[in-house]
Amino acid sequence: MRRRVLALAQIAPVLGDLAQNLALHEVKIAESKAAGADIVIFPELSLTGYQLQDLAPEVAMRRTDPRLDSLARLTSGGPSAVVSFVESTEDHRLFAAAALLEGGVVRHVARKCYLPTYGLFDERRFLAAGDAIRATRASLGGRSVQGDVGVGIGVCEDFWHPTLPAILAQDGAELLINVAAGPARGASVDADQGLGSAASWGTLLRATAALTTSYVAFTNRVGVDESLIFWGGSRVIGPDGVVIAEAPLFDEALLLTEIDLDEVARARSALPLLRDERLELTRREFDRIIATRAGLEEA
Amino acid sequence: MSGESGKAWHDELAIDPEMVSAMCRSFISSHVASTGAERVVLGLSGGIDSALVAYLTATAIGADRLVAVLMPTAASSASSKADAEAIVRDLGCQSELISIEAPLAALIENLPTGESVTPLRRGNMAARLRMTTLYDRSAVHHGVVIGTGNKSEILIGYSTIYGDAASAFNPIGDLYKTQVRELSRHLGVPTQIIEKAPSADLWPGQTDEGEGGFDYPTLDRVLYRIVDRRLPVEDVIAEGFDRDFVVRVSEMIRRSEFKRQMPPIAKVGGRSSGSDYLYPRRRPNLD
Repeated sequence: MRRRVLALAQIAPVLGDLAQNLALHEVKIAESKAAGADIVIFPELSLTGYQLQDLAPEVAMRRTDPRLDSLARLTSGGPSAVVSFVESTEDHRLFAAAALLEGGVVRHVARKCYLPTYGLFDERRFLAAGDAIRATRASLGGRSVQGDVGVGIGVCEDFWHPTLPAILAQDGAELLINVAAGPARGASVDADQGLGSAASWGTLLRATAALTTSYVAFTNRVGVDESLIFWGGSRVIGPDGVVIAEAPLFDEALLLTEIDLDEVARARSALPLLRDERLELTRREFDRIIATRAGLEEA
Repeated sequence: MSGESGKAWHDELAIDPEMVSAMCRSFISSHVASTGAERVVLGLSGGIDSALVAYLTATAIGADRLVAVLMPTAASSASSKADAEAIVRDLGCQSELISIEAPLAALIENLPTGESVTPLRRGNMAARLRMTTLYDRSAVHHGVVIGTGNKSEILIGYSTIYGDAASAFNPIGDLYKTQVRELSRHLGVPTQIIEKAPSADLWPGQTDEGEGGFDYPTLDRVLYRIVDRRLPVEDVIAEGFDRDFVVRVSEMIRRSEFKRQMPPIAKVGGRSSGSDYLYPRRRPNLD
């Protein structure tokens, strides 16, 4: 059995206040360690807050930043951690990034590939979009004696583009992690849980787990940035698409769940969707559509 | 109209009141925390909107941090004051009674002679004197002024710019009047306040619905279609709503766009407030 205890840290970051948020991360990592967690997962932009606008360059960090290093050191002999921050690069671009900290170092960084810039969102104005979708192998909690785990990380909107979790799963992910700053909207008794955004995310996450036959861990933040009220509802879903654990709406929480990654192998034996995926067919058709749109091929 | 089309009545504006009050409470406590204010200062009229905000604030941060300011004029009805006092008693919050009749009379008295002041102008003056009073009280109480406008009145422009529309933050500005009523029932706002006809209290017997020629349930369903669902006016009419009414509502929304925005600042320099100098309202010192 490859068991791991996940801790989903449903926190309310303080907008723009790096020092206060770093301290909050230290507390939550310690709490997760005390609770026996193998990995603690923080929400999108957990170190900075979401509605940054012109603050984005001021709170941005390189992935070698000593503040990130000091958090990483806490994962030496403790739980691994996924934390999220504004990453700045040598060429002065800014990304919404999620870093997997493990064994005392920054092991892997995923940059948000899909930046919503419509309706209430304005991310592309301030940030650059990531250009890579990569799964990684990680021990999660340093218990590699039980075998590493294939991990794929997406940031919020990334999972609304189903190719992204599909690529992560094809690339070896067994555990799909989504770190989110999802604002509540569409309050109505007609929606599941009384909230349109909770209902649509719920459907999306269950479908993503079922279609990739993977565990999905979704950490969504709570608290308020300006007009936006973040709804929380962090959850873990099994590779059969069934919700295993769920945090409350709007309140801070540390949601602890044990998963057995051998369930992924069993789910994929029963339902070999990933095995049967036709990558060459998908690529051929995408190539054709791209060429047609560019006017390089007849429609 | 559901009868005409044969469709079952469906209350599309129905909300889960417990969930929405949790959202509003989270909004209020977060903004109070980020401003560092000790108290919330609220203009309490005796009407349902400010009553709801009083109950939300009391449950979010405690009634001991709520200062309710009653600011009647001579035109205000006795029942409004009695209803406001009932809320103060029920919540056990601090309250202040500051009549704005004298400053209002002084303002009018000092206008160029011979001018007759319409009820609308008088109402706008009263709203701005209340704003002036609230902001001053907030300085005294180390507080922030909380807004009480609802989505229906904000959308049709039934508010005074820099008067009742002015606040540090507004927890109910995205709730239609019918939703305000639903939430108020859930939070235990006194029944007589929920059931009385909404009024700006500009003159005795005035009601929003009488003066505006609409009823809120119908208005809200039209607004919901035009604004939330982005339906063209003709599609709303095709659903069976009265043509003249829908057109009038659409016009009211159009003519009041300016009330829902900060004034434009002429862009002259390299980086300008409102255009390309864009910061959160409160930001930490990162130096």
